[in-house]
Amino acid sequence: MQQEFTLTIFSENHVGLLNQVTTAFTRRSINIESLNTSESALEGIHKFTIVVYSTREQIDKLVGQLEKKLDVLKVFVFTTDEIIHQELALYKVPTAALLSGNEIEQIVRQYGARIMEVTPEYTVIEKSGHKAETQELFVKLDKYGVLQFVRSGRIAITKLRTELLEKYLKKLRTEAKIKGIESF
Amino acid sequence: MEKNNKGKERISGSEALLRSLLCEGVDLIFGYPGGAIMPVYDALYDYQDKLHHVLTRHEQGAVHAAQGFARVTGKVGVCFATSGPGATNTVTGIADAMIDSTPMVVITGQVGSPLLGTDAFQEIDVVGITQPITKWNYLVKSAEEIPDAIARAFHIASTGRPGPVVIDITKDAQFGEVDFEYKKVNHIRSYTPVPLTKPESIIDAIDIINAAKKPLALVGQGVILGEAEEELKAFLDKTGIPAAWTLLGLSAMPTDYEQNVGMLGMHGNYGPNIKTNECDVLIAIGMRFDDRVTGDVTRYAKNAKVIHLEIDPAEVNKIIKADVAVLGNVKETLPLLTKDVKPNTHSEWMEEFKACDKIENEKVISDEVFPTQKGITMGEVVHKVSKAFDDAAVLVTDVGQHQMMASRYFKFKQSKSIVTSGGLGTMGFGLPAALGAKLGVPDREVCVFIGDGGFQMTLQELGTIFQTKAAVKIIILNNNFLGMVRQWQELFFDKRYASTELVNPDFQMIAKGYGIETALVSERENLDEAIERMAKSKESFLLEVNVEKEGNVFPMVPSGSSVSDIRLE
Repeated sequence: MQQEFTLTIFSENHVGLLNQVTTAFTRRSINIESLNTSESALEGIHKFTIVVYSTREQIDKLVGQLEKKLDVLKVFVFTTDEIIHQELALYKVPTAALLSGNEIEQIVRQYGARIMEVTPEYTVIEKSGHKAETQELFVKLDKYGVLQFVRSGRIAITKLRTELLEKYLKKLRTEAKIKGIESF
Repeated sequence: MEKNNKGKERISGSEALLRSLLCEGVDLIFGYPGGAIMPVYDALYDYQDKLHHVLTRHEQGAVHAAQGFARVTGKVGVCFATSGPGATNTVTGIADAMIDSTPMVVITGQVGSPLLGTDAFQEIDVVGITQPITKWNYLVKSAEEIPDAIARAFHIASTGRPGPVVIDITKDAQFGEVDFEYKKVNHIRSYTPVPLTKPESIIDAIDIINAAKKPLALVGQGVILGEAEEELKAFLDKTGIPAAWTLLGLSAMPTDYEQNVGMLGMHGNYGPNIKTNECDVLIAIGMRFDDRVTGDVTRYAKNAKVIHLEIDPAEVNKIIKADVAVLGNVKETLPLLTKDVKPNTHSEWMEEFKACDKIENEKVISDEVFPTQKGITMGEVVHKVSKAFDDAAVLVTDVGQHQMMASRYFKFKQSKSIVTSGGLGTMGFGLPAALGAKLGVPDREVCVFIGDGGFQMTLQELGTIFQTKAAVKIIILNNNFLGMVRQWQELFFDKRYASTELVNPDFQMIAKGYGIETALVSERENLDEAIERMAKSKESFLLEVNVEKEGNVFPMVPSGSSVSDIRLE
């Protein structure tokens, strides 16, 4: 069954890592719906948040290929109900539309959006939320002519207290100790 | 030599590269010079006594030679190539090494770092191109990085499931200077070469094996790479389980080992294919269920519980769902099983394989290996050559019909005796790989079987064989066809032989041009004498045999069929 998965990929931070990560998706012909990269709470460790539609079986195999990449530390897979996630959208509308009545202002309030910048020519509105919400606002605003629109990739954190990776790193450290490796 | 205040020598990046290779125990490099790697070759001039460089005639030849070297020695193969076309010419060999898990370090020169990304002369994004086909790759932009990059490269290439690593070094890094110090790498945080074995997986596997009535072991290259031949034998001896090998698992046990029931796969033996669908337990040992082994996976080993001994966690459940996955190096995991399994003989089950062998002998092998009429068959040549070398030679093959015939009928006494392109199926692999193998084990005989098609893909390496005096025995099985494609056209495309017939040059004359001794055989009565001449020769030798034009390889599991639908004719 095809469903939405959010992958959190922890990696070292080198040139070319994005390429390492995306080739694993390309090989299995899995389309990336959204992608975000940032630092994690752990120093020196980078985090990719990638949303895909696929089957559990495909995802398990993909994770195997991803974890095989030398600079990838660990991959965690979540279904949507296991995470707290958010996206950010920016909308640019003509300021004239804003001045010709109070409808846009009402929409902004109603959707919990925020006006970021107003110039004589255009106004920039910001909204964070799930994709359906930011999309709905787009449809509403587009009646007044959205000049520019952008939505960020999904960012997500788990419902656990700390990064899942911490546990994994601890396990690695123990293993390294068993194997007598000092320079972990 | 200039020394700095820390007592370290200050040397060029190029020299640091060579010294690093020496620290890793390298003494043989295959390569081809060019603009962007000239500083390295210049440094090599002073290291010729320690680092032997073999100049191949094409970069593809260099990589395949390094693969051949690695496969017979178990060491990391090393090759050099220049930037741009030099690097792209190595791509096929790198991909081949990746899919066949061959440890290799490829050093490519790169344009100077200020020119990166400018479409400079002979500039290509090597790291980008080789990303999907390497275990790891890295662009070095300063001399300081070289020792550590090489140390990582060797650690990664040689540990866990081995594979190729590409280190791309800019020209300014080669010219630059570094305070040389070499520290071997034995740990990388994000890389776990050998996964931990779960004790419960051993217990579960033992339970399943002890309860098995009809178990079958599948032996893959993991046994050879892990040097676990003795551990395998101990396991099989105690359990009495029949064992079949994959193409790359050939020579992991002796051919005449009692429990060896032959080769798996599309052109493998009748017994192990048929019995795969009858067995109740399948023990996969360091193999990855390639589609040429499994045929239709939806009808593969449906009656069997599957135990998968594997070093690469990504292989588990990739193709065949494992009931028990025993992660780890088979050298360590097999003894854990052997220790606690119940001794058994499975003699009745073993008899069933012998019955299959009888059928295969009657329907296929006797006519192929001991033909009485018609032209010379590939099988009889392979059989005779193997025997002429007392079944102790290293077998190298190219890709196609002769490869399957050679893997079916060549015999093995010791491990690391097979060099063939299994996963990628690279035509042109054979000749350079044989050169590399011979230089890796100069005291062993190395026989390479090649078709007339594949030979013409890399025959320029006759020049390297000539120059290095590597005493490779080259056997061309000439049928004036791209035989395997022709066979498929015959069986599945109504004999429409589109672009498979070859008009060949005089291979004898070509070999003579390279100063290589030759023999040409077209009649059966001349075959023994020619093989004997080749076997006695202390130098390289090219034996060309004109075989039956339209011979087919059987048995055959047609593509998309189940292994039990194997055809004998």
